[in-house]
Amino acid sequence: MAPTPTLTFVLMDPPYENARTTTALRLLDIAARRGYNLNVFAYEGAVYVPFSKQAPHPNAVHGRDLAQEDHPNPKDWVEAIIAEAKRQGGTVDWVQCGLCVDERGAAESIPGLRRGSPADLVKFAEVSDNTLVIPTK
Amino acid sequence: MPKYLLVESRDPSETNDIGYFYDLAAALAGEGHAVTLFLVQNGVFPARRSAMSEPIGRAAKTGVEVLADEFSLRERGITSDRLVSGVKPAPLDVVIDQLAEGRKALWH
Repeated sequence: MAPTPTLTFVLMDPPYENARTTTALRLLDIAARRGYNLNVFAYEGAVYVPFSKQAPHPNAVHGRDLAQEDHPNPKDWVEAIIAEAKRQGGTVDWVQCGLCVDERGAAESIPGLRRGSPADLVKFAEVSDNTLVIPTK
Repeated sequence: MPKYLLVESRDPSETNDIGYFYDLAAALAGEGHAVTLFLVQNGVFPARRSAMSEPIGRAAKTGVEVLADEFSLRERGITSDRLVSGVKPAPLDVVIDQLAEGRKALWH
């Protein structure tokens, strides 16, 4: 039986701004469903992807209440990916770049993540079968 | 011989730095490497037959496997019968498959 692949993803974009965030989370979701071991290094604006203070909202312009608007929040997707990976026997080691977090006041992230530095990215790359960097423009 | 996965997420009508990425894919294929050019997000626009699609067709002719993310195509209302010759719709799973396979991967 082949060993479980370990993949590292490097995210840079803040949420709500670019399709790259959605695509990155789609990739993580696919790999989590396969039970892969996943490493994520979130830096710059991406440290806000799992920000715990994200909140759904109604949309008065379109006349929709909170339930009708059903506003998606990336922190919920990250939580779902971590839970799915665990269900499938995989892992998610998500590191938030500490300096990026401090600069942005983004310390309040969902549980299950950890603070780190670019040195963690080097370690991730060393132990991974592959690394995909998804840079911002 | 290394295999390559090149992911193109940008639309050439938005930015002028995409041609080199297609050329890189074609050059690698020309050297005998297995190369997949995976189009995603607005990167799928030139997969639709248009004035912008010729470079992609040319890359496919050099042996590059050109795939377009099915979800991105659906989001933009591009049906498979509108795709330029040599481009195939594919699920995003292909990217995970090829990462796990150990391909050298580059995102643009």
